[in-house]
Amino acid sequence: MGVGIQVEHLNAWYGSTHTLQDINLHIPANHATALIGPSGCGKSTFVRCLNRMHETNPIARAEGVVKMGDIDVYKDASPVEIRRRVGMVFQRPNPFPTMSIYDNVVSGLKLNGFRNRRVLDETVERSLRQAALWEEVKDDLKKKSGASLSGGQQQRMCIARALAVDPEVLLMDEPASALDPVSTSKIEDLIFQLKSQYTIVIVTHNMQQAARVAENTGFFLNGKLVEFDSTHKIFTNPRDKRTEDYITGRFG
Amino acid sequence: MSTLPQMNSPLRPPLKPARANTLRRSLVNHLVTGLSILATVLVVAPLIAILVYLLYKGASSLNLAFFTHIPAPVAEPGGGMANSIVGSGIILLLASSMGIPVGIAAGVYLSEFGGGRFLAHAIRFTADVLNGVPSIVMGISIYSLIVMQQKHFSALAGGVALGIMMIPTVTRSTEEMLATVPHAVREAALGLGVPKWRTAISVTLRTASPGIITGCMLAFARVAGETAPLLFTAFGNQFWSFKLSEPIAALPLQIYVYAISPYDEWHRLAWAGSLVLIVMIMVSVTLVRVYASRGVLKGGN
Repeated sequence: MGVGIQVEHLNAWYGSTHTLQDINLHIPANHATALIGPSGCGKSTFVRCLNRMHETNPIARAEGVVKMGDIDVYKDASPVEIRRRVGMVFQRPNPFPTMSIYDNVVSGLKLNGFRNRRVLDETVERSLRQAALWEEVKDDLKKKSGASLSGGQQQRMCIARALAVDPEVLLMDEPASALDPVSTSKIEDLIFQLKSQYTIVIVTHNMQQAARVAENTGFFLNGKLVEFDSTHKIFTNPRDKRTEDYITGRFG
Repeated sequence: MSTLPQMNSPLRPPLKPARANTLRRSLVNHLVTGLSILATVLVVAPLIAILVYLLYKGASSLNLAFFTHIPAPVAEPGGGMANSIVGSGIILLLASSMGIPVGIAAGVYLSEFGGGRFLAHAIRFTADVLNGVPSIVMGISIYSLIVMQQKHFSALAGGVALGIMMIPTVTRSTEEMLATVPHAVREAALGLGVPKWRTAISVTLRTASPGIITGCMLAFARVAGETAPLLFTAFGNQFWSFKLSEPIAALPLQIYVYAISPYDEWHRLAWAGSLVLIVMIMVSVTLVRVYASRGVLKGGN
């Protein structure tokens, strides 16, 4: 089951650039939350702060409180532990090129020393079914390289890989921006099904996509969270003038 | 091509008649292709010439005894280089077991952990300088460091000399190959909660492994034919020796000894030895590459 995320006074820097400025919001459990905003507004940085991927960049730094359930992400746990509980799907599909489909999906388990054959087999089937890829690849699991799949299949495999470690939260950084419309709609269907079991945070440039999949939407601009509300409210009756300008296409 | 809109702008003159363009492009295309083929031939020709000449000079002296007998005493006919072939194998095994792990580990450090640290710059600089150290200097250094201390020549000293010579090549090629692994692959592993050291070894290194193996084989092939560093270390041996603490025979050394001797019989054996040496290098490099590429799945794109 997913957990809620409470973010308080989160600030982040790249070198001397203050990319996130005092972000406060609550992401509810088992819902999909969309983050929208123009390029460079800090939404990707924000999700990368949630699983502490931000700090893998040597010049990056973050301050503030991120609570996942009752765990303080920056105080109570190591980045490695947090990333095991928070799955991440990146903008471009990033399969492990030397691994088969099977090994790609269970890489999170295998690389952390988990070797029970039966459990691995079950996990592969469960995760690939959750990612709606099982039927397409079940005959080539160990024969084909993960990188030999099509772009859309690769991205669903990456989602399966993230789900295989049984996370509580799933972060998706523009997961469909490199895909064609058919693959995009498959990914959106997936998000729709997965959000009953996981807390999903999805960064997107596509406002229709946010409207389709997410209950709540946050609008970022220049490193600040301008507005956070139910998706319906944001798209029909935003409180802030800048949100309205953005969603009506007046800038950005 | 011909469906491009014709716009009359001072910045973009109207397209020239298509035929003239096509002719010029096709000519340039053929010219460049021709030059590339010529360059390829120039690269491959010396290797083929060497192989053919070695076959011509050495093949006739090759027989079973060459591979089973040790060198015959002066003025006695026959004899072989069995002990040199085995000796070279032992020295190269020693050198590889020291040079390759150290070289790869240093390459991983430079690429994955060094960042812009002073230590990384120092290692990179040292490796480049080490790469330029003449092999005879390496021989003398190991002579004073190991042989003088132990007061005798040894297979171990030869292995160390060649092993150190392998390190810079392995290190730099490992670093280069790791740098070609996309950052997204590392992020994928880190995002799954895989620790950084595990990511470096099981994901990044594995993804780059075909290139790294090529680098190791280059280093191996380079030192396999080295004579100078062995003159003061392994020293050579006319008899069988399997002890690491004793002087040991090696193909390049035996070739050197025979080639500068006054006897025609020995000259012929030197040619045969050269042929065996180059074929052994080619076979071992090919075997390793074929073996190492098995089990590694290739991406479709």
